[in-house]
Amino acid sequence: MDTNQYLEVFIDESKEHLQSCNENLLALEQSPHDLAIVNEIFRNAHTLKGMSATMGFEDLADLTHKMENVLDAIRNEKITVTPEILDVVFESVDHLEAMIDDIANGGDGKHDVTATVAKLKHIENGEPFNGVDQSTEELSVNEHKSSDEALHYDEFELTVIQQSHEQDFNTFEIAVHLREDCLLKAARVFMVFDILEKLGDVIKSSPTVEKLEEEEFDNDFYVALVTKDSASDVQKKLLKVSEVENVTVTNIDYQKLAKQEVAVTVVEEVSPQPVVQNTTTKSVAPKTNANKASEKKPSHTSSKTIRVNIERLDILMNLFEELVIDRGRLQSIASELNHSELNETVERMSRISGDLQNIILTMRMVPVETVFNRFPKMVRQLTRDLHKKVHLEIIGAETELDRTVIDELGDPLVHLIRNALDHGIENPEIRKAAGKPEEGKVVLRAYHSGNHVFIELEDDGAGINREKVLEKAISRGIVSAESAESLTDNQVNELILASGFSTADVISDISGRGVGLDVVKSTIESLGGNITIDSTEGRGSLFSVQLPLTLSIISVMLVEIEKEIYAIPLSSIIETSIIRKSDIMNAHNQKVIDFRGKVVPLVFLEEIFEVPRNETTEEEFHSVVLVRKGEKMAGLVVDSFIGQQEIVLKSLGNYLTNVFAISGATILGNGKVALIIDCNSLIK
Amino acid sequence: MANSLDIESVKVIVFQLGDKEYAIPVNQVQGIEKTMHITRVPKTPKYVKGVINLRGVVTPIIDLRDRFNVKSSVENENTRIIIISLDEMEVGFIVDAANDVMDIPKVAIEPQPEVVGSYEEEFISGVAKVDRRLLILLNLEKVLDTLK
Repeated sequence: MDTNQYLEVFIDESKEHLQSCNENLLALEQSPHDLAIVNEIFRNAHTLKGMSATMGFEDLADLTHKMENVLDAIRNEKITVTPEILDVVFESVDHLEAMIDDIANGGDGKHDVTATVAKLKHIENGEPFNGVDQSTEELSVNEHKSSDEALHYDEFELTVIQQSHEQDFNTFEIAVHLREDCLLKAARVFMVFDILEKLGDVIKSSPTVEKLEEEEFDNDFYVALVTKDSASDVQKKLLKVSEVENVTVTNIDYQKLAKQEVAVTVVEEVSPQPVVQNTTTKSVAPKTNANKASEKKPSHTSSKTIRVNIERLDILMNLFEELVIDRGRLQSIASELNHSELNETVERMSRISGDLQNIILTMRMVPVETVFNRFPKMVRQLTRDLHKKVHLEIIGAETELDRTVIDELGDPLVHLIRNALDHGIENPEIRKAAGKPEEGKVVLRAYHSGNHVFIELEDDGAGINREKVLEKAISRGIVSAESAESLTDNQVNELILASGFSTADVISDISGRGVGLDVVKSTIESLGGNITIDSTEGRGSLFSVQLPLTLSIISVMLVEIEKEIYAIPLSSIIETSIIRKSDIMNAHNQKVIDFRGKVVPLVFLEEIFEVPRNETTEEEFHSVVLVRKGEKMAGLVVDSFIGQQEIVLKSLGNYLTNVFAISGATILGNGKVALIIDCNSLIK
Repeated sequence: MANSLDIESVKVIVFQLGDKEYAIPVNQVQGIEKTMHITRVPKTPKYVKGVINLRGVVTPIIDLRDRFNVKSSVENENTRIIIISLDEMEVGFIVDAANDVMDIPKVAIEPQPEVVGSYEEEFISGVAKVDRRLLILLNLEKVLDTLK
């Protein structure tokens, strides 16, 4: 069956189901006894399984199936929910997400999930699950090189070994060492196994046969063999394989192994205790939570949507602008003719098209929820990794933002949240000592204000240590020791956004991935927004990100030079002013003015843009637009101001890239194109 | 073979610059427009006349006469803007007149532009002689090259 045409739908829907899984799993963790949530997750998983099987993604279907089994067991109250079990389910969902991403990127969705599947099976079989089991297994893998105890046997394999002994078979553990320069490792492995299989039965190998075939090992591998041959015979036969440097054959001491197994199980029995404790402490909470959950449920209603390619929306928008321009013409014609019926019709048309314009513009708006909804899971994972206690509160997830802004927003926010959890929130012990509740609080908030959207991240953590930040900034040469004294607290806080700055003494895995908060700052600024930090030491910090509602519409000031109209973004304008020619001074061949006690260089746009003049008229006054780039200022000299306007931003296309001082264009009401001035490149 | 005709001939748009006739394959042409208001873009090469509003899309305009260094003729009612599209670039060419659409047999195309010894030589992919007309086939990649 040709399923390509359904692929996009499949990917989108799978993502929705997985997101719903994530949300419900988090809810389940809060109220582990709410079977309705389990049912919900089960339904999601079940649908996903069905879809992926239909689409032919067997691995995906298989893993979902295993996950479903676990959920089913929970549903039927065969097993109880513990954070450890949820960890594994989360892990499976992570794998599923990775697979879907792979498929979305044109891959086949194959992914190595053997470890997770094993864990799921483990849980499904109702064996007392605990994290220790996995870590001992990992440890033993790491110890391969140093200890002779290369292989670790499970119950079944031990039984096989025992029975082999009883039937007078030899059981050997064989360590094969390939030469360092061995080129075809997989081929050698194959030859070794070929010989081994003629000699007897291979019960186990380490790494697994699949990994060996994929050459995922260094130069050693271990095999457990049941055979009638003697140790020396086995060794001699294996050494015949070229590029095999060394073969050690040791007898498996069944008695010893059995004892060790007991020891391991003892360890296992100790570890579940914290799990029990966890569930008991939690069991108090659910009573209050259960009420909450039942109240919350009705809110989970999804509005009906269709997916539209953003390009089509752009085309719709362009066509509509044409219509608006014609509307303008129609209006002027109607007013000339002064025909009452025509006037009425044109007026009606104007109103309708105005509404239409609003709808088209808001069609690109998406609630920030689409970015926010991945954070609860991330915070959960991070708190577990960092051994901290954090409660994440999300406010205003329904706030809408332009799609293009939303797409860019994810990474900076991930960074800020990681930073808040890693550096902001202290360890529970420290918090306790400081008289705060053990559980830290992080609030992620979004709201509209004017023409902007604010996204804030507030934590009640340690705050920013002024001395520490200054010390670091001085040592990195970001500020000088003298100027450091005079900086305000806010200025100091913003130093952590400077490039090459990291407040962590030790670079951690969580936030020290080689990129600092400077990347956050530059991403947000590239979106036309800005970021500020408020912080009180010991009380917490507030990161506030201000973003424009949309990237495609900006407020500008239209100015005229000769007959040409240019647009200057309002975001870079400080104010406009009219100056007398005699107020202009010369400094280093640069014309400057004194603006409120500051020396501001003048930029004559007419010269910079080589505007053709019919005749040079000497004006007594100059119209100046004062613009800024960071701390620096400049005065742009123009002929006249036209006024402030909202414009739709357009690019100059792929042919005209990198035009000096022009960042784009827009179409004016009369259908002509006006260029948008990039103030940043005019200020040195 | 049903499409043997396509293999043997190429459909082109023929336009005029000065006294010469040029040709662009029809599949690279998006449309032909009458002249309209062009907004000058400062600090660009002389042959970039500026940008126009082509049904809501800001489209750059190149004056081929300046690009080929031939003498500019005065804009009149025959002047046209040919919108071409190449590698996701949409660009308009100002030409003196857009004449017609025709099929050029492939055999009539000579790849070596030895006939013309002028500045535009590097922009030419071939020359075709059809009936008594000499058509210069443009290499659009080259025409749009420098600003890429």
